[in-house]
Amino acid sequence: MVDMAVIELSRLQFALTALYHFLFVPLTLGLSFMLVIMESIYVMTGRPIWRTVTRFWAKLFGINFVLGVATGLTMEFEFGTNWSYFSHYVGDIFGTPLAIEGLMAFFLEATFVGLMFFGWDKLSKRQHLFTTFMVALGSNLSALWILIANGWMQHPVGSRFNPDTMRMEVTDFMAVLFNPVAQAKFVHTVSAGYVTASVFVLGVSAWYLLKGKWVAVAKRSFTVAAAFGLASSLSVVVLGDESGYALTDNQKMKLASLEAMWHTEPAPAGIAIFGIPSLEGRDTRYEIKIPYVLGLISTRSLTGQVEGITELVAKAQGRIENGIQAYDAVEKLKVNRTDMVAREQFERHKLDLGYAMLLKRFVADPRNATPDQVVQAAWSTVPNVPVMFWVFRVMAGLGFFFIAFFGAAFYMASIRRFGCVNGFCRLFMRAAVWIIPLPWLAAEFGWVLAEIGRQPWAIEGVLPTFLGASSLTVGQLWTTIIGFTLLYGTLAMIEVRLMLAAIRKGPLDHENEQSDAAVAGHGYTPLPAE
Amino acid sequence: MVPPIDYETLRLIWWALMGLLLIGFALTDGFDLGVAALLPFVAKTDAERRMVINSIGATWEGNQVWFILGGGAIFAAWPFVYAVSFSGFYLAMFLVLAALILRPVGFKYRSKRPDAAWRSRWDWALFVGGFVPALVFGVAVGNVLTGIPFRLDGDLRSFYEGSLLGLFHPFSLLAGLLSVAMLVLHGASWLAIKIERGTVHDRARRFGQIAAILSILLFAIGGLMVARGGMGFRMTGVVDPMGPSNPHLMTMIAAPGAWMSNYTLHPWMLVAPVLGFAGPLIALAGIRTGREALAFGGSSLGTLGIIATVGLSMFPFILPSSIDPASSLTVWNASSSHLTLFVMLLVTLVFLPVVLLYSAWVYKVLFGRITLKDVGTNPDFY
Repeated sequence: MVDMAVIELSRLQFALTALYHFLFVPLTLGLSFMLVIMESIYVMTGRPIWRTVTRFWAKLFGINFVLGVATGLTMEFEFGTNWSYFSHYVGDIFGTPLAIEGLMAFFLEATFVGLMFFGWDKLSKRQHLFTTFMVALGSNLSALWILIANGWMQHPVGSRFNPDTMRMEVTDFMAVLFNPVAQAKFVHTVSAGYVTASVFVLGVSAWYLLKGKWVAVAKRSFTVAAAFGLASSLSVVVLGDESGYALTDNQKMKLASLEAMWHTEPAPAGIAIFGIPSLEGRDTRYEIKIPYVLGLISTRSLTGQVEGITELVAKAQGRIENGIQAYDAVEKLKVNRTDMVAREQFERHKLDLGYAMLLKRFVADPRNATPDQVVQAAWSTVPNVPVMFWVFRVMAGLGFFFIAFFGAAFYMASIRRFGCVNGFCRLFMRAAVWIIPLPWLAAEFGWVLAEIGRQPWAIEGVLPTFLGASSLTVGQLWTTIIGFTLLYGTLAMIEVRLMLAAIRKGPLDHENEQSDAAVAGHGYTPLPAE
Repeated sequence: MVPPIDYETLRLIWWALMGLLLIGFALTDGFDLGVAALLPFVAKTDAERRMVINSIGATWEGNQVWFILGGGAIFAAWPFVYAVSFSGFYLAMFLVLAALILRPVGFKYRSKRPDAAWRSRWDWALFVGGFVPALVFGVAVGNVLTGIPFRLDGDLRSFYEGSLLGLFHPFSLLAGLLSVAMLVLHGASWLAIKIERGTVHDRARRFGQIAAILSILLFAIGGLMVARGGMGFRMTGVVDPMGPSNPHLMTMIAAPGAWMSNYTLHPWMLVAPVLGFAGPLIALAGIRTGREALAFGGSSLGTLGIIATVGLSMFPFILPSSIDPASSLTVWNASSSHLTLFVMLLVTLVFLPVVLLYSAWVYKVLFGRITLKDVGTNPDFY
């Protein structure tokens, strides 16, 4: 049957490499656009200080960007190396956005990023700004295409199973492209990247302001980050809510499990702000609920019902029983392609084929499954509820925190209070430095929520994860897991040290700094270094 | 929707496009790999090494996308090939990725710190990032020519029965060395047009000449081994080029010597091996006479010819199986659906010219030789 050790190790490796890759991506997504903003101000005002600002952040951008590129290489090939059956089974649909990502996005960012660093003296101001913009556009487009691919895994539209080729094939490309899940995910994810970059720029600027170093660069960066961060943090929460809304139609189980809602409640359902969900007891203890809110968010009405886990499991059971019929038809068609009775049987039940495959974890041939095994398979559609419950709360809590945080930062930037010596202002600046890691935490948790919440499916309702892996050995997997961990670990250490060194060193252009400090008379006094 | 181009034609187009992407990768990132593999040998001092690094520093990243796009396009157009090859070559692929991961970091981080030990370590990392992929790609192609030990079960799940060490046999090692020689020649030709004339330039030209001669020799020996070694596979029975992509619906057998039969069937295909020999010869002549553009043109033609030779010899096979020829993947049984191939063709026709256009612009902006003086004065340099 299925060797679960291979599956779990394959999942572990994918999670490690994807989460690691996603440490660098959000900063690239956001910082690239902040560079566009900073450089646009430079081009419009012509003031050299903005060139210094842009070049300084571009230097940090570069240190981060290379690791995004380096670790992205692994991702492009990992479906083939580790999820070979997945690649065969859905490559007809899933491969397309990946190919377009290369053609449309990676070429754009990678071709122009070299020119962005090497072209300062070879290009006119406008040409260079155009180059920077192409880098930002390219990296953000790559997020679009990879999320169209991921959105399809969450909500597989526009495709059908073809028994002649034993795989899923595309029927409607527009449906795959304009998948509502993908659209919501895209804006949510890039906004999260903008928040990450804003927190980073704000935090580093606050540190300079506290130290009284490179103040002219720092206060300008602070202002850009505060404004950009406020807009992005609002967008990330609103669009996160839009993802929640999209869930109700196609990923009800994900919603029920992140809410630990074991049973359907009368509409409109309440939202839990605290609780201890238990997988064994299939209940949530010490729950504190705010009435109405979940129903309102997820159905946009007072009467819409949010289904509970138990009810969804019962539905899954029906689909498994139905799916066995489809599976039976496919097996008959394998023997005789022209068996018209089997083809008809397949057409009737094909939408539930994936559900029958869930049984393969418990029995080699789903047609021989006992009623107990069917129940077992139906309950296997429930993801890890406690993890979902808490990961969601941390992520969403951080989302709201960032709105408040950037609200305060924006207020401070607009009254131009950068050189604060006392009280709240100074406390805020210190906090801004300390919270730099938080958006990364939120982003990684967002990935965990989306992907753990999709389990046990690789493709929701179509292909269970445990069937998608390559036929590898435990030894091979440990070799690469240890190899990647050592390689990535070393690179992470080097990256962080270079980043810190570059921050300590600060912007290169000191002449502008001094002349600017000399003319800056509007309510700002440099702080003495701590 | 029924695409206006028939399935057979689209499969042929995508077979050609897959070849084009691989050749695009070898022609662009190929010289980056070659330059990196030459780095510790053609450049001795720090300034020399920085000159060599910066001859590709601004453009290697865009070039590498040919490799990533190759992966993505094979996934989209030949999902079977993507699934079977990368999982089969699992540990070899890990080696390639680990080596390639060192490259971006090496370029960017090497000159961030002044100390000599740090820089020397990164120089060797860059060497590994150039030499290892060049070698492993060749070894992989050698194995594809002899057949890969995989079989497909009834659900078309692939099982691979080889090992990492099993990939290295005399023929595949020869293919690996040919790949290194070909890309080192290409890298040396790039250095010849891109860096100032002087010591480093002379060293690069010397290595280029050796690589050109080795390319010709290894390509000739490889050809003899294919012809005499009885490699080859053949499709038998009824072949339906419009049929569903399912190897179980067709019959493939091992047919020793079959890799040569395409050249009797379609003599025009001989253009490819002829280029494979002529290209390095032209490059050699260009290097010796100091006509650097000619050298680079020659190494490009040679690379094109050698890769095309592999593809044309095997046609219609893409990944033959050595342990179960009936599982072999061919142009007629391993592609995406009719609709996907068509949509991907449209996307490619729109975006590939755009990519070529702006890449050309970037190369134009960065045109000109890199000098040792630049290294000292240009603050943007790596």
